[in-house]
Amino acid sequence: MKLTVEGLNSHYGPAHILFDIGFEVGAGEVVALLGRNGAGKSTTFRSIVGLVAQRTGRIMFEGQDVSARPTHEIVREGLGYVPEERRIFTDLTVEENLEVGRQPKRANAPYWTREKLFTLFPNLGEMKGRPGGRMSGGEQQMLTIARTLMGNPSLVLLDEPSEGLSPKIVEQMVDAILTMKKEGVSIVVSEQNLHFARLISDRAYIIERGRICFGGTMAELDARPDIRDAHLSL
Amino acid sequence: MAFYVVQFLTGLASAASLFLVASGLSIIFGVTRIVNFAHGAFYMIGAYIAFTLTERFSGAFGFWGGVVLAALAVALIGVLVEMVLLRRIYHAPELFQLLGTFGLTLMVEDLVVLIWGPDDLVGRRAPGFKGAVDFFGQNIPSYDLFLIVLGPVVLGILWLLFQRTRWGVLVRAATQDRDMVAALGVNQKWLFTSVFAVGVFLAALGGALQIPRDAVHHAMDLRIIVEVFVVVVIGGLGSIVGAFVAAVLVSELNAFGILIFPKISIILVFLVMAVVLIVRPWGLFGKPEAAARKTPGLSVNPWRPLTSNERLAALAALVVAAMLPLVAGNYALTVGSEIAIFVIFAVSLHFLMSVGGLASFGHAAYFGLGAYGVAFLAKMAGLPMIVCLLLGPLLGCMGAAVFGFFAVQLSGVYFAMLTLAFAQIVWSIAFQWVSVTGGDNGILGVWPEKWAASPSHFYWLALGVAALVTIALRVMVFSPFGYALRATRDSVLRSEAVGIDAKRIQWTAFVIAGTTAGIGGALFAYLKGSVFPDNLGISLSVDALVMVLLGGVETVSGGVIGAIVYKALNIWLVSQTDLSKLVLGGFIVLIVVVFPKGIVGMLEILAQRRRKSSPPGSSLLAKPIESAE
Repeated sequence: MKLTVEGLNSHYGPAHILFDIGFEVGAGEVVALLGRNGAGKSTTFRSIVGLVAQRTGRIMFEGQDVSARPTHEIVREGLGYVPEERRIFTDLTVEENLEVGRQPKRANAPYWTREKLFTLFPNLGEMKGRPGGRMSGGEQQMLTIARTLMGNPSLVLLDEPSEGLSPKIVEQMVDAILTMKKEGVSIVVSEQNLHFARLISDRAYIIERGRICFGGTMAELDARPDIRDAHLSL
Repeated sequence: MAFYVVQFLTGLASAASLFLVASGLSIIFGVTRIVNFAHGAFYMIGAYIAFTLTERFSGAFGFWGGVVLAALAVALIGVLVEMVLLRRIYHAPELFQLLGTFGLTLMVEDLVVLIWGPDDLVGRRAPGFKGAVDFFGQNIPSYDLFLIVLGPVVLGILWLLFQRTRWGVLVRAATQDRDMVAALGVNQKWLFTSVFAVGVFLAALGGALQIPRDAVHHAMDLRIIVEVFVVVVIGGLGSIVGAFVAAVLVSELNAFGILIFPKISIILVFLVMAVVLIVRPWGLFGKPEAAARKTPGLSVNPWRPLTSNERLAALAALVVAAMLPLVAGNYALTVGSEIAIFVIFAVSLHFLMSVGGLASFGHAAYFGLGAYGVAFLAKMAGLPMIVCLLLGPLLGCMGAAVFGFFAVQLSGVYFAMLTLAFAQIVWSIAFQWVSVTGGDNGILGVWPEKWAASPSHFYWLALGVAALVTIALRVMVFSPFGYALRATRDSVLRSEAVGIDAKRIQWTAFVIAGTTAGIGGALFAYLKGSVFPDNLGISLSVDALVMVLLGGVETVSGGVIGAIVYKALNIWLVSQTDLSKLVLGGFIVLIVVVFPKGIVGMLEILAQRRRKSSPPGSSLLAKPIESAE
């Protein structure tokens, strides 16, 4: 397994947010983490990369327990994270944003260069010198993904990549994610949008109120409309 | 004409050092979000070490090498400070960081006297820049010309460093979103340490380069830090270009202010700062902060009024305190009165900070205004003591009404800095307006009337007022006004959404706190029999902050305990050791790092633990509460 999460519990101050979250991702797999707004998808991702201080549980990445390590070390192991709110460095240009994400080449992961990323996201190549703050939402979303890929991750946590984007941009996003998969990047993608998830994912987990309540292939999910209707708003 | 040109150039030369120190402070703030009060201390150590090195090694190489070496050595000290102290408090509220670095400053002030002695040290002239250049009959020191060139050169180097290197890109990214930088695999720890080292290097270099112009002495840290605060606030925290422009502006205001308004030269700069903050709260070149961090909050712990048992206990404590004259001598009673007065002062600031969420760094202004109010009424109008005590604090009330109106337009660090600036303005007036305030000599002979003159009577008076004030403020916390104020503290946006006029509520709280501080000041004038500019100085403002934090910023009445413990300790320390600043500074650093919740906060935690086991993962310094998802 590429990534195994076991018994993950997270707290924000006195509030208990995640309850015994567990799931796994195989090499080269695209796994969807589905759930409504506030279900705990982002907190799960933030906990995995160590951005939530109060967390317990085991996070195995590439066979190593990374749950006690600081964020930057986890990321340097090749676990990339694309946050939901995009979090572009608005004062920095596109190229500078990519520079922040740059990490050395990794043996077990595809190697991304600026040029390669500019072919994956042609829009970005046309605005290399533009400050991140003067880009559209879709362009910013592409830039966050490109920025994370500059770290040559072997697995990427992708937090709601389709959120707030126009259908045309979403289409481009689907293509980009499938290209990433083809290159050999494992992906966990959190989504509210089942249609989008279906286009890219091999398997899915459903999270509700901080608990995993379903795990299986997309076909298995489709066979259980009751679960789908109870936990996802379509 | 030539004279004015020379004056202008002198201003530019002074701007160089100011810019170096200010840019260092700005860079550090940008990335770490710490307003480094100790920056002046690093500047001072830079000057001292450079003095020693340039005396030790002769020749041009000895001088310039000594200057650079001194800055490097101080940068190394900075790295040590960052790793040992600051790393522990990055997640603490801003106030703790300001206070922790202030504690460091206090320690350094005693340490340099210990190492280099208390006397002013006059350093060497810079080799190659010993002469002066003639300009239409006026002399310009050639070293000044060197400094004038140096400023823009350093600005250029910094610009290249930040725009053209990977380190610079990372620093700029971290300035905006440090968590995201970590999430891209960058080790924040070393980034922060390196930024701190660069900032401290600049400060120390600024200090080292001053030795051919000025004597090195152990008070140069506070003088520069106040000016540097003004510079970064005018220029915009985090902006290097802003620091440069503001350094020039401030230096020129100083250079020409003395010529044009000799009486108010000190005030002029602070007036400009106040105007800038009101018009552009984030400075000329700064950017508005996205979302202000919650100011004091370390954890969520609802407040409740005292139970009847606790009320009885408090009453019993008061009765015990009131019996002190039966057992204690006059000296102890005078100390007791002073402590009672500082309880009043501390609870007034505590009200503003804990209940209002507004951390004032210039609260002594209103304490001092109350004292001056009494002195004016008693000495000039010759009014009886009761009338003076009732009317004197009104001066504090008026000061708070005027300054508070502007101050509450801001929040967080900017609020702290603006209140500091206002306090400095009031201090400058008291210091410079000799004909009315007596300047440095103060106003003497403000003695209480017969009925309050004996130490025991005065003690009872002070104790009674302190008790009344504390009760009144507590009642206010649990009144509708108190709820509204606490709502604005927790979220201005949300409270405005439910119809609370946030600014008005905060302004009212500011006036209440200022008036209460004025009551303390009024009593203080009678206790000491005199009033001095120090009664509104920075160190008194910081004393109040320490008392509040020591007591516990998240408690309802922690200020009372904080004031008693701190003041007693302070009086005792001063009588015991010459190194009181060193001990006090160390003490402050210790509180900030180990007991961020203060004495009362710690007691509350212990009491809670006894009731139930604490929630998992809750640490003393929990990260600020974020919303889920």
